[in-house]
Amino acid sequence: MKSIQELEQIKQRTLQEVNLRKDRKGTRVVVGMATCGIAAGARPVLLAFVEEVQKRNLQDITVTQTGCVGVCRLEPIVEVYKPGEEKVTYVKLTPEKAKRIVAEHIVNGQVVTEYTIGAAEK
Amino acid sequence: MEDISLHVLDIIQNSISAGASCVDIAIKEIPADHSLYVMISDNGTGMDSSEAERSLDPFYTTRTTRRVGLGLPLFKAQAEASGGSLEIDTEKGRGTTVMARFDTRSIDCLPLGRMEDTMATLILCHPDIEFRYTHSYYDKCFEFSTQDIKGKLGDLLISDLSVIGWIRKYISENIEKLYGGVASEVDSGT
Ligand SMILES: Nc1ncnc2c1ncn2[C@@H]1O[C@H](COP(=O)(O)OP(=O)(O)OP(=O)(O)O)[C@@H](O)[C@H]1O
Ligand SMILES: [Mg+2]
Repeated sequence: MKSIQELEQIKQRTLQEVNLRKDRKGTRVVVGMATCGIAAGARPVLLAFVEEVQKRNLQDITVTQTGCVGVCRLEPIVEVYKPGEEKVTYVKLTPEKAKRIVAEHIVNGQVVTEYTIGAAEK
Repeated sequence: MEDISLHVLDIIQNSISAGASCVDIAIKEIPADHSLYVMISDNGTGMDSSEAERSLDPFYTTRTTRRVGLGLPLFKAQAEASGGSLEIDTEKGRGTTVMARFDTRSIDCLPLGRMEDTMATLILCHPDIEFRYTHSYYDKCFEFSTQDIKGKLGDLLISDLSVIGWIRKYISENIEKLYGGVASEVDSGT
């Protein structure tokens, strides 16, 4: 059972790590969360990114949302911003695809080309 | 949308677009009355009466990327499909409350879904907004507020993934606890 005491332990543990990761520029993962995105499965995709980042204990990664990206038929849409690199837009994601993006793109720096908007529009 | 919790996530996107700094979410379940109530209340810009009326029309939206606004009409259609209803109470400059009732007897009634996932998503993406979640099942009640949690976190951000993970489990376990103990057979006569 999750307790408020456990929250206190998380606080102590995490604050030490946070001090280490301050000032470092991180990767941003932005999930489209308008009605069309939510209906297409944006919430499980966002939570899959969160779980995978946490499981691998990756630092400097922000997972957040935006409103409508404007291409409803390609939702769920996720944009990945790595510092010093061009934005990569992934489309029609699922939790499984999200996990692969964390492993291949965010960790190993290899864009998963087959999931990108460029590949979908061909 | 597959369930009510996804509609709630979507309806709160409107509150966020309306500049709300506080959002209250209440779920009230009374299975013996076949009722599930959802109430979402924000302190955003609100709407005047003509905007409020038009907000339920799919061809009304203030968004710029698309000519239709679907969130509210879809949620209303789902509530009504079950035999329930949806109402909006809003005032320009004060805020907006969306109230829906679902009739849980109907086979068309959506399941509630994972409210913990909706709350975790909202808190992660909008750490500056205060969210309050109240879930009652008969006379049992679970309350959660980001303000309380922030008070316990000190310098640690509520959007830290370790905290989000904790919140998700904490809410899920407490909702489970609401259902435990009260015999679910209460609803089986219908
Ligand atoms: N909580 C609120 N506060 C202020 N205005 C609101 C609120 N909820 C809805 N509205 C107004 O009603 C309109 C219709 O809302 P609705 O959710 O149906 O569509 P949308 O948000 O415009 O688009 P979509 O939900 O399809 O992404 C909004 O564009 C907004 O102008
Ligand atoms: Mg909307």
